[in-house]
Amino acid sequence: MKDTNVTDTNVKDTDLMTDYKISAKGVQVYYGDNHAIKDVNVDIDDKTVTAFIGPSGCGKSTFLRCLNRMNDTIDICRVEGDILLDGEDIYDPAVDPVQLRAKVGMVFQKPNPFPKSIYDNVAYGPKIHGLARNKAELDEIVEQSLRKAALWTEAKDRLHSPGTGLSGGQQQRLCIARAIATAPEVLLMDEPCSALDPIATAQVEELIDELRQSFSVVIVTHSMQQAARVSQKTAFFHLGNLVEFDETDKIFTNPEDPRTESYISGRIG
Amino acid sequence: MSLLLTVNLVLALCVIGYILGTRRALGSADGDQRLLHSLKGYYGQNVALSVLVPSSILLAIWLIAQPLLINQSVAGLIAEQDIAEGASSSLIIQDMRRVADGLDVVVQEGVLADTEIAALNAETTDVRDLLGDVGVAVGSEVTQQTLDGARHYRTLALTGNFWRGFAVLAVALAGFVFALQRTHKDFRARNVVERGVLVLLFSAATVAVLTTVGIVLSLIFNTINFFDAFPAADFFFGTRWEPSFSGRGGASDLGFLPLIWGTMFISIISLIVAVPLGLFSAIYLSEYASDRVRAVAKPMLEILAGIPTIVYGLFALLTVGPLLVSAFGSGGLFGVNWMSGGTAAITAGSVMGIMLIPFVSSLSDDIINAVPQAMRDGSYGLGATQSETIRQVILPAALPGIVGAILLATSRAIGETMIVVLGAGAAASLSLNPFEAMTTVTAKIVSQLTGDGEFNSPETMVAFALGMTLFVITLCLNVFALYIVRKYREQYD
Repeated sequence: MKDTNVTDTNVKDTDLMTDYKISAKGVQVYYGDNHAIKDVNVDIDDKTVTAFIGPSGCGKSTFLRCLNRMNDTIDICRVEGDILLDGEDIYDPAVDPVQLRAKVGMVFQKPNPFPKSIYDNVAYGPKIHGLARNKAELDEIVEQSLRKAALWTEAKDRLHSPGTGLSGGQQQRLCIARAIATAPEVLLMDEPCSALDPIATAQVEELIDELRQSFSVVIVTHSMQQAARVSQKTAFFHLGNLVEFDETDKIFTNPEDPRTESYISGRIG
Repeated sequence: MSLLLTVNLVLALCVIGYILGTRRALGSADGDQRLLHSLKGYYGQNVALSVLVPSSILLAIWLIAQPLLINQSVAGLIAEQDIAEGASSSLIIQDMRRVADGLDVVVQEGVLADTEIAALNAETTDVRDLLGDVGVAVGSEVTQQTLDGARHYRTLALTGNFWRGFAVLAVALAGFVFALQRTHKDFRARNVVERGVLVLLFSAATVAVLTTVGIVLSLIFNTINFFDAFPAADFFFGTRWEPSFSGRGGASDLGFLPLIWGTMFISIISLIVAVPLGLFSAIYLSEYASDRVRAVAKPMLEILAGIPTIVYGLFALLTVGPLLVSAFGSGGLFGVNWMSGGTAAITAGSVMGIMLIPFVSSLSDDIINAVPQAMRDGSYGLGATQSETIRQVILPAALPGIVGAILLATSRAIGETMIVVLGAGAAASLSLNPFEAMTTVTAKIVSQLTGDGEFNSPETMVAFALGMTLFVITLCLNVFALYIVRKYREQYD
């Protein structure tokens, strides 16, 4: 489905794309009686990094988890409104959430490698989705994913030692490689650098910038500097509302909403 | 002085000490609680503990030592040739003690005075009748020798009891005076009571540890005695278990192998039942069940662990056994004739398996729950289904813990007795047929000790060797299981 009301066309790297990768319309999220997300509308471009910023508890992570239906695993969580991926409603009963999550990968706040070898961690997704016809193809996928995640040179000699033995930053890059290996179209990252030191953070940020060549990335972050560094578009959430959504440069230099201005200048949050 | 009176006097002294201690402390501060170093109750507790702790330690030691000393003294009276064939001096001493207790009753009832007891003669008076009149039954005629021993025993016990009461009260009183003397408003009663509490807790722990050591030592010494009477090689490598009790004549075959084989075989059957059922129900409860189902199902499952094993034994004997015979016996459901009687390895094994389900499921459930949610999220985030996540991420992560749970269940299975006694039969056999009657180490310990054999023959002492071997096996399994469980814990903490 094409969204004909596109007005915002001067986004970087959208020369090949004319419509949105993900389009959320009137999304409401409830945790039991708690109204966590209030009528959020966001359009996410393909091959772009979109950052969600906002103070703790503002609903940015909750909204991110709606995009691949990770909230389905929480019993009391209820989602209303439409979220379209390539024009298809992902909350349609006909959509298989398991298939959806293969297309919309996720990297979590804390590195969570499985207690398996590095190789098996990366091969996990391709194996369960049958992406490789034989061992050679699987080897190839693992190598490519690790290369893209900038972990190949460090890990190639210890592919069969446990993933939990890597350092924190390496573990997070392993988790990114693991997510890339299923060939997703969108990669969701929930504060991927909050458990990492500055050097590892810089490596992951560089990586995110490269990943933009292949698919769209949505990143939740607490660090406004990080949002400014890696993203092309930024959404500011506050108390469950989407306050402002625009190009990153504009948000950080000339925000329209006074609340955005207060947040980025450190007066609230 | 009787034991009850002594204890009551000490306790009374405790209460008085508490009250006086509190008063004295308050008095030294002119009734102003704020001037005291400790709360006033601590001064009372200090006096009470000073009365109680030393005197009860003395009493405990006395209660253990006095019978040992008296037995030794009485045993000196028994001449070697008086010990009848097959009896032992301890049996004679037991008789003497019984007569002595009877004489105590005679005196209490007022039938005879102490002086008349001293003049009693077994030749002229029927002591058995005399004791029978006051309600004390004696197994055999009382000989002069027994009567002399009993009188000696009685005198020693009376003197001992008198001095016991005297010494304990003296110690209690000394503690009372000493503690009360020290009670003053600047006395650090709180710190002293703290040390007293430490001593109490430490002695409780010591009793538990010493008891364990005592059990192990008694097992070891009795096992050594058994191996003096029976060759160890025949025990450990013998393939026949045919004890012959003295009287029927002939030497016994006390081969260990058929028993340990039965134990292992029945344990394996029970694990074949318990591990899949327990593990699958644990996975269901921890991963799939809603909170409401879990709240009902988990306690229900754990009720299985609370059923006494004798009830499981009845269940095996009366329900499962006949059921299996009607299925696998002649003219049964499957038209085969594999099973002739209800008591068989498979009967005991399957019922024991049911008993073990909660052990496996409860521990596995805890371990599966301990796998961090981040692992599940990571797997779901890659598009894995729930069962793929469980099979490929959660179970591998929880595997060491689950193995530990299974090993603990195994040591339960090996030590289980009642189900086997009732469900598996009594014939020791080295067979691979699960429909045949079989027996285990534990069941044989029961049957060796509940017969009317004497306690010094190899046929009964073999029970200690069996128990010791079993203890070593289950100890190794437990240590191994704990090692594995602990190793697993380190992964996530």
